[in-house]
Amino acid sequence: MWRDALLVGGKDLRVEMRSRVTTTQVAPYAILVLLLFGFAFDQNHTLLSRVTPGLFWVAVLLCALLSVQRSFAVEAADGARDGLRLSGLDPAGVFLGKVAAVAVQLAALEVILGVGVVVLFGTDLTDPGLLVLSAAAATVGLAAAGVVYGMMAAGLRVRETLLPLLVLPVVAPVILGATQCWMAALGLSATDGWRWLILLGAFDAIYLTLGVVGFATLLEEA
Amino acid sequence: MNGTADRVTRVLGAASLVAVAVTAWLGLVVSPPDVTQGQLVRLIYVHPGAATACYAGFGLCALASLAYLWPRTRSRRWDRLAAASAEVGVLFCAITLVSGSIWGRGSWGVWWTWDARLTLTALLFAVFVGYLALRRTGGDPDSRARRCAIAAVMAAVLVPVDHEATTWWQTLHQGNTLLRSNPSIHGWQLVSMLASFVAYALLFSWLLVHRYRVEVLEDRFEEDGFAAALMERRAEGGVIAPAGVAPRVGAEVEL
Amino acid sequence: MDPVICFRSAVALVGRFPVLAGVDLEVAAGEIVAVAGANGAGKTSLLRACAGLLPVVAGEAWVLGEDLVSNPRAVRRRVGMLGHSSFLYDDLSVAENVRFAVRAARGSLDKVAPSLERLGLTGRLPDTPVAALSAGQRRRAAIAVLVARDPEVWLLDEPHAGLDSEHRDVLDAAVREASARGATVVLASHEHERARSLAARTVTLAGGATSVDVMSLPPRSPANVA
Repeated sequence: MWRDALLVGGKDLRVEMRSRVTTTQVAPYAILVLLLFGFAFDQNHTLLSRVTPGLFWVAVLLCALLSVQRSFAVEAADGARDGLRLSGLDPAGVFLGKVAAVAVQLAALEVILGVGVVVLFGTDLTDPGLLVLSAAAATVGLAAAGVVYGMMAAGLRVRETLLPLLVLPVVAPVILGATQCWMAALGLSATDGWRWLILLGAFDAIYLTLGVVGFATLLEEA
Repeated sequence: MNGTADRVTRVLGAASLVAVAVTAWLGLVVSPPDVTQGQLVRLIYVHPGAATACYAGFGLCALASLAYLWPRTRSRRWDRLAAASAEVGVLFCAITLVSGSIWGRGSWGVWWTWDARLTLTALLFAVFVGYLALRRTGGDPDSRARRCAIAAVMAAVLVPVDHEATTWWQTLHQGNTLLRSNPSIHGWQLVSMLASFVAYALLFSWLLVHRYRVEVLEDRFEEDGFAAALMERRAEGGVIAPAGVAPRVGAEVEL
Repeated sequence: MDPVICFRSAVALVGRFPVLAGVDLEVAAGEIVAVAGANGAGKTSLLRACAGLLPVVAGEAWVLGEDLVSNPRAVRRRVGMLGHSSFLYDDLSVAENVRFAVRAARGSLDKVAPSLERLGLTGRLPDTPVAALSAGQRRRAAIAVLVARDPEVWLLDEPHAGLDSEHRDVLDAAVREASARGATVVLASHEHERARSLAARTVTLAGGATSVDVMSLPPRSPANVA
């Protein structure tokens, strides 16, 4: 399983490096989203710096949807599943590989977005430990849930509109938790960020397990 | 069977109607208004019952999906039950959200308070609307059934996480709770509330049975088409079929 | 010796439609069998069923000793399919695609270079992204994947389509070589001449069922079976 995961993850990342979709399309999209938030909130600096964590994670979520769509679009325009099924790869390995690839791309985007957020909204970064850990946990959670539902939607004609509808309600706790953690880490609120980190961890564990166990069925019969 | 009604559903339907009428009478006329909340407390005859019916629907959907996925108990029956209970659950979920919203409006003047339970219900609503969208996709009934069953189970697994999250979030903000457990509910208020639960239970069952039967009819329609398709397919070739013709497949149309 | 592929009254569904409606097929190891039939007769479906991609719901279907009815996934690594779509990643180069497929099938990487050479994918071609190749080159790349993986069963769906005559000969040679090494080959083709020169026998599909097991005979045109 791990061997196949490395193989698939490596392949996905290599495809990404060649096509450079993340850097040329998704990253600018993310920056644009931040700019639009600025427009929407009427340049209100005090407000923006206070809601930075939330805006950041919403932007990441939007990018995650794109990354996941791309991850499955790569598998071939028609019969997205046939290629993967015929390859003889272990489905659980395919799942983990794809999650890893999406997570890596998201992490890169988060760095860019983080810089953008500091520049545009003027936030100060303080407690780095909680910030990084919660970002990692949230990223894995978004990637895992995204890949699971991405696989489910992959073969369907309506996948572009169905995927957000399926993913967004499910990752609501991730957004909630990540935002709370970041608000605590940035000193914007007095909550116990570490408690939310545990919540994120639980979500990750659940979805990684569900994915590993269920991906074979999703790949074959769904 | 033509249509989905029979004696059972007629009895259920009549009973539901009676129960709703009784509840309405009890709730609106007989029971007194609350000391603190005034007339608004009458929503206690609408909101909790709807919420329970909603959770029952989603719970049933999740359990039926699990039963469908489990190899030993796999049967289209569970898939149909999951579909029917999800739809009925979504209906009651909408009623829950609307009644909760009205209650909030009445109590605090805002249409939405981030009450933990209401937020959780809203999340569940979104998740199951997605599930219903998933049900309408895909051509192959069996893979669609499997896909939806997995989605339902995944949603159900998340419920504890969501519950914790929304509860913590509410305590964070000392938000307003809609359903402060009110120890002073007694007398006619209690009776009316119990009546409302009975009414909701009957209504839920009635709708569920009908909706389930509609699924059965849809499946039967597909099955009947299958034998014809098999014959046509053979005829396409215009050749003698080999000895040992394949038996009719997939003729599982039980109730 | 047990046949490598054994189908008895196999029925396979896509949705509720029976694409295979009672197929009987037996192929021994090392045999090359051609499948003929009009469009829509079920040739592609038969190949997909052999690969375990199409679930068989009734009858019996055995490939390489694995029961496809209960466990279609078991044969995947041991079976290689050349289909209508190439299953190649557009953004990766030819060489990378072949290497990925070989590693996914737990094969040996030393077969990659020879297979590329065999199919005439030399010079700058191995490092060209698949998206930049012509249709014929893409087909050759897909065949190279098959040759490098060297599976026990080869399933070829219209393999000669898009190839010029030189490369058709290369393909035929590769198929014969594989068969000589003990691999079993099933190919579906509209090109009766080529198919008959390769295959020991032809099976005809019509209406999703096998009608006749034909030994080498004069060509049977599709109109005959209508």
